Amino acid sequence: MRIPCPYCGSRDASEFAYSGDATLPRPAPGNADAMFDYVYLRDNPAGVHREYWYHAAGCHAWLKVTRNVSTHEVIDAVLAHDEATL
Amino acid sequence: MRYSLTSLFRQTLTGHKGWTPQWRDAAPKAEYDIVIVGGGGHGLATAYYLAKEYGLRNIAVLEKSWIGSGNIGRNTTIIRSNYLLSENISLYELSLKLWEGLEQDFNYNAMVSQRGVLNLYHSDGQRDAYARRGNMMRLNGADSELLDRDGVRKLYPFLNFDAARFPIQGGLLQKRGGTVRHDAVAWGYARAASDRGVDVIQNCEVTGIDIVDGRAVGVQTSRGVIRAKKIGLAVAGSSSRVAALAGMRLPIESHVLQAFVSEGLKPIIPGVITFGAGHFYISQSDKGGLVFGGDIDGYNSYAQRGNLPVVEDVCEGGMALMPAIGRARMLRNWGGLVDMSMDGSPIIDRTHVKGLYLNAGWCYGGFKATPGSGLVFAHLLAKDEPHPAANRLLLDRFRSGHIVDEKGQGAQPNLH
Amino acid sequence: MSTSYRLASGGLIDRSRPVSFTFDGKTYGGYAGDTLASALLANDMMLVGRSFKYHRPRGIFSAGPEEPNALVTLRSGARAEPNTKATTVELFDGLDASSQNCWPSPHFDLRAVHQLAGPLLNAGFYYKTFMWPAAFWEKFYEPAIRASAGLGALSALDDPDTYEKAHAFCDLLVIGAGPAGLAAALSAGRAGARVILAEEDFVLGGRLLSDTTQIDDVSAASWAAVAEAELAMMPHVRILKRTAVFGAYDGEYGAIERVSDHLPVPPPFMPRQRLWKIVAKQCVLAAGAQERPLVFPGNDRPGIMLASALRTYANRFGVSPGQRIAIFTTSDDGWRSASDLQKAGAEIAVVIDARAEVAPDVRKLAGNALQFLGAHVSDTSGYRRLTNITITDSAGQTRSVAVDTLGVSGGWSPSIGIATHLGGKGNWSEEKSAFLCSDMPPGMQIAGAAAAQWTLADALEHGALAGAKAASHVGLGLQTQKPIVASDEASGNNPVWLFKGSRRKAFVDLQNDVTATDVALAAQEGFRSVEQLKRYTTLGMATDQGKTSNVNGLAILAGEIKKTIAETGATRARPPHVPVAIGAFAGLHTARHFKPTRLTASHAASAAANTTFVEAGQWMRAQWFNAPGETDWLQSVTREVKAVRSGVGICDVSTLGKIALCGSDVGTFLDRVYINTFSTLPVGKVRYGVMLREDGFVMDDGTTARLSTDHYVMTTTTVNAGKVMQHLEYCHQVLWPELDVQMVSVTEQWAQYAVAGPKSRDLLRALLGDAFDVSNEAFPYLACGEFHVGNIPLRLFRVSFSGELAYEIAAPAGHGESLFNALMQAGKAFDVTPYGTEALSVMRIEKGHVAGSELNGQTVARDLGLGRMMSVKKDYIGRTMAAREALIDPDQPTLVGLRPVDRSQRLRNGALLFARGVTPAPDTNAGFITSTAFSPGHNHWIGLGLLARGPERHGEIIRAWDPVRSGDYELEVIDPVFIDAEGARLRA
Repeated sequence: MRIPCPYCGSRDASEFAYSGDATLPRPAPGNADAMFDYVYLRDNPAGVHREYWYHAAGCHAWLKVTRNVSTHEVIDAVLAHDEATL
Repeated sequence: MRYSLTSLFRQTLTGHKGWTPQWRDAAPKAEYDIVIVGGGGHGLATAYYLAKEYGLRNIAVLEKSWIGSGNIGRNTTIIRSNYLLSENISLYELSLKLWEGLEQDFNYNAMVSQRGVLNLYHSDGQRDAYARRGNMMRLNGADSELLDRDGVRKLYPFLNFDAARFPIQGGLLQKRGGTVRHDAVAWGYARAASDRGVDVIQNCEVTGIDIVDGRAVGVQTSRGVIRAKKIGLAVAGSSSRVAALAGMRLPIESHVLQAFVSEGLKPIIPGVITFGAGHFYISQSDKGGLVFGGDIDGYNSYAQRGNLPVVEDVCEGGMALMPAIGRARMLRNWGGLVDMSMDGSPIIDRTHVKGLYLNAGWCYGGFKATPGSGLVFAHLLAKDEPHPAANRLLLDRFRSGHIVDEKGQGAQPNLH
Repeated sequence: MSTSYRLASGGLIDRSRPVSFTFDGKTYGGYAGDTLASALLANDMMLVGRSFKYHRPRGIFSAGPEEPNALVTLRSGARAEPNTKATTVELFDGLDASSQNCWPSPHFDLRAVHQLAGPLLNAGFYYKTFMWPAAFWEKFYEPAIRASAGLGALSALDDPDTYEKAHAFCDLLVIGAGPAGLAAALSAGRAGARVILAEEDFVLGGRLLSDTTQIDDVSAASWAAVAEAELAMMPHVRILKRTAVFGAYDGEYGAIERVSDHLPVPPPFMPRQRLWKIVAKQCVLAAGAQERPLVFPGNDRPGIMLASALRTYANRFGVSPGQRIAIFTTSDDGWRSASDLQKAGAEIAVVIDARAEVAPDVRKLAGNALQFLGAHVSDTSGYRRLTNITITDSAGQTRSVAVDTLGVSGGWSPSIGIATHLGGKGNWSEEKSAFLCSDMPPGMQIAGAAAAQWTLADALEHGALAGAKAASHVGLGLQTQKPIVASDEASGNNPVWLFKGSRRKAFVDLQNDVTATDVALAAQEGFRSVEQLKRYTTLGMATDQGKTSNVNGLAILAGEIKKTIAETGATRARPPHVPVAIGAFAGLHTARHFKPTRLTASHAASAAANTTFVEAGQWMRAQWFNAPGETDWLQSVTREVKAVRSGVGICDVSTLGKIALCGSDVGTFLDRVYINTFSTLPVGKVRYGVMLREDGFVMDDGTTARLSTDHYVMTTTTVNAGKVMQHLEYCHQVLWPELDVQMVSVTEQWAQYAVAGPKSRDLLRALLGDAFDVSNEAFPYLACGEFHVGNIPLRLFRVSFSGELAYEIAAPAGHGESLFNALMQAGKAFDVTPYGTEALSVMRIEKGHVAGSELNGQTVARDLGLGRMMSVKKDYIGRTMAAREALIDPDQPTLVGLRPVDRSQRLRNGALLFARGVTPAPDTNAGFITSTAFSPGHNHWIGLGLLARGPERHGEIIRAWDPVRSGDYELEVIDPVFIDAEGARLRA
């Protein structure tokens, strides 16, 4: 798979570390139920999935990648930092 | 027809005209006592044990494709119970004991072959971890032996002992571990369950779960509505999708695990070897193919295929451990859809919906568990309470923190 | 025997370059340009092997990678390469091959007795027997089955050759250099596209090499040579010969180049093979097609071959595989083979076509050969070579014809495998009698015979168009191309999947010995899906990957279950499309080069001191230093520990992860990632911290030093360096991007040494002089500072893992070796002792510090005795989940110290702990020993362990149970800090 890193361009997925579902915001401190959901439960859809990839062997940016997990088509990649500061 | 050398001879003389379908290709009835969703190894085994051990007959197994089309036919055929945690050893050891009598029990030769599973260690730290694991296995009634370097060399003289990046120091051996002809397990269970009255229904995809007042009452399928008093889900990598039909989110991600087979070669590897310094394990089938695998690709996937980096990673591990396989050719490579749970261990439990039961989260370890999983899930379905060998593998363990994390990787499924 | 089957002239072989080779120890001759198979055929060596199950004699069947029969072991010794298809081996002088799966020879094979049991050994027979008694499977049945397993044998010697990997990027990858592929490469190349043309064969041309057709008024082979010359002139086109594209993966193609396989051994510094990973914007799959055999009784005898292969041997290699040849066909193409063979001078005795009607101009192709239409071959005879065929004519009459060779032609199957790797499907086309690919992967086109464009003219036209399209997709203009003019060909076909006749076996899969009856039995027993059929009968699972058997098998299945081929469907193709050496996927990452080796700055100096090194991840660390006269590791380690505890020692700790953090919000950031507070850390101070994962379990520990107002340096454990960096980046970029924090890993940038022991201050004072004040007043415990010696920046930390007065001193890695040497030099006066990881570990256990075996990902801070560090005044990663029931359960095993009741008893990590007097059982297990060491100070073994309710049990005698090492002994539970509990030495 090739991931279009906004800094480094199209790079092989093996340069990245994967960390799963990127749609879940970290809940406020102390909310045990919300934190349980955040840490453990996943939609795990078959189809388009937004997910975190970390360019470990590159620029060290965390990306939010939109990818179809049924076809492995990579649709889009943006900097997680940019989205988080919106 | 009972399978035996006698029946084989008799059929040979009559041109094999008398063999009948190994299982009835049943059409769905309107209602069953228990519907098992998923005609893979676990689903078929569950149905078999429900019939055999719990005396239930009015059971259907629904398979969206053809039976055995999932992970039961896509794995590396290894059986073992060499786990660290009692919660897992008890289940896998139950399973191993069932494997040991399975063929006589269901009258089908699945070629259960206990030629030993050897996990290599390459450092003092790994040795200590394997010592603990070996002790835990003994504690739970499994067999284990801690070998030193010479002990490993005696078993596998052609491994790379002398020019290794991470030299072999020894290994943890489970002699009762081994391999099984994987497809035959699905067929054997299907045949034996069918003989006991279970309806094995192929090409029947579940598209909905009917819930009335918090109780599951049936399933919508591509072949119509089927009412059921109890529904058991055993759909491995599709668990999240099917559970979503009942409004559940699971502590599971679906990933792809690749496996490989070489061209047929004269036997060179008697048992199963697992490399301890990389992702590689290998055995050799009775047809001569080297059957090997490694790590999951590491990203969510429903594609049932993986990519080159993992192929390379696995072969690098193989060539680090046994440079004698360099000229053997990889013949086929495929991917299975695995249900990676958040702690790396399975979930066999009731759900918030009455009458709906879950068997999922097997990660890459589902095949070896097949008989045990079937038996404990049958117990759960029949008795509505967990089997003693699986009474800690429950869904609420994530909430309470009683997680069963063999590797200590935390809630990161691609690291288990 | 001389080259009796070599035709007097013709072929693309180089008759001026004879080569000699050996097969089964006997020497034969051939020519440059031959394959091993063509050279064997030229020497009347048709029978070269035995089949897998029945050990039936089998001859060369094809002329390409679809070969099911002619598998040989190429070369010998460590270079032995089993299961090599003779039809793809390029002949070289000195080539040495041998037959396999037969003993003593292919002509007389003792295991041929399997044939007698043939009726018993049908599909799946083994599932129905060998079950009694249960113990007999491993002891008797399976060893017998395994004795028959496999085909060729591995040498069991390490592969002496090397493999390498290459990456390539291009606009267009063309797979296959037959007519369509060449035309595609030409049109795209002419348009300026960066093209890679990959061809499995050692000559470009594909079918052009085997045909007598004409293109642009020259012979097809000449046209191919001209095309190659033009492509070779284009700087943006790369031609990869001997390179098979074996798979389409997400975003890249895999290809294997056989760099040196056509040479006796790889030349110096050359790999045997090269794995290409090709990123291509566009792809034209022009992999051609494979001729289908016919399924009829007795269809497996040596001498029965694909008709097109006969044509290839005659036209390309100048070999007529037989003296008297029959052709059995359901297609026009069979007649073309007959025609070409006749033209080459072979005798065609008879052409049998199952079709009742064949166009007159097609029939003309057979010249004066006997012709039977609406007829079929219903039986054959000849054990080691075909001698006779029985023809059943359209009236049902049978007659026997003496031939030594039978060419079979059942039509063609497009080679679409690579197009289906990414999920595309093969759909049956009744019109083309072939599976065509739908759902092409993005950027891929398919052209030529692979798209069932059977005629040469079609293939050229569609190939050129595909190449032009690909070029326009990458932004290059569509150029008008001069049309390529090719001679016309007949391509009609009307397949018949199974011919009845004698009671002999009709083989579908020649290599795995799967017969039509096996397919029928599988259907009878309920295996009605093609995937089930494949698994039950092993159809298509041999080394030829079913290239000649899959379509016939599923078509016969379709007939059995009364469905159409389209309804029955095909099995899914899996990579690799051709078998690929495992070594090639590994490349150079084998044996010692499996992973990079990372050396610390003091490595050379340590190595000079007779040091034993140990792997720590990819790092090599000094494990202990062997002093003269020491014979046992424990001796060395004990000396090192004593030296540190009484004097001073130096240990390289550079491998610990080091992360520099800068910015005005680092304190806040650290508060959120550590369980304890860092925002209160003053400049010039170091603090120990513990991090949790979000699930509440401990992730890592280490120290963080505040060097200046907005500059901190964090250390991590060696093993978690990467993981912590990734975690911190996540926390910053994803969770708290608003914080002013920048971070970078500086693990490799700084060399760092622990200087430990009561004389460590004296040593540093001697080394640093006035450059830095190391007095206890100026630089107390947990102080840190930066200074220069000359122009070299140094950092000093007053931290201790050993429990002694100790420092860690760091220099830029480039000065690391000098610093180590300077420390050793300055230390001479104090009898300084370098120490390794074992002594380090002994001292940390004596001090009760936790390390990797306690920080195992399964422990919470409380388990490690660090629960009080968990701040209640702030939020931090993992805090919420750490409050879960199981994570605060007081029964959870907690850190304790352990010592043997019998002081001579050795303790071992991994032993399980039980209360005294209980029977070991899962529910009585109270914990385990995590770390052990021989304590020189106490003169006995000590240990750390995790024990249920541990802190309450100090003084209790418990049982250690270690059955894998036959250990069973008693321990006393004590405080985990074995030395200097009050910490006086640290602060000295």
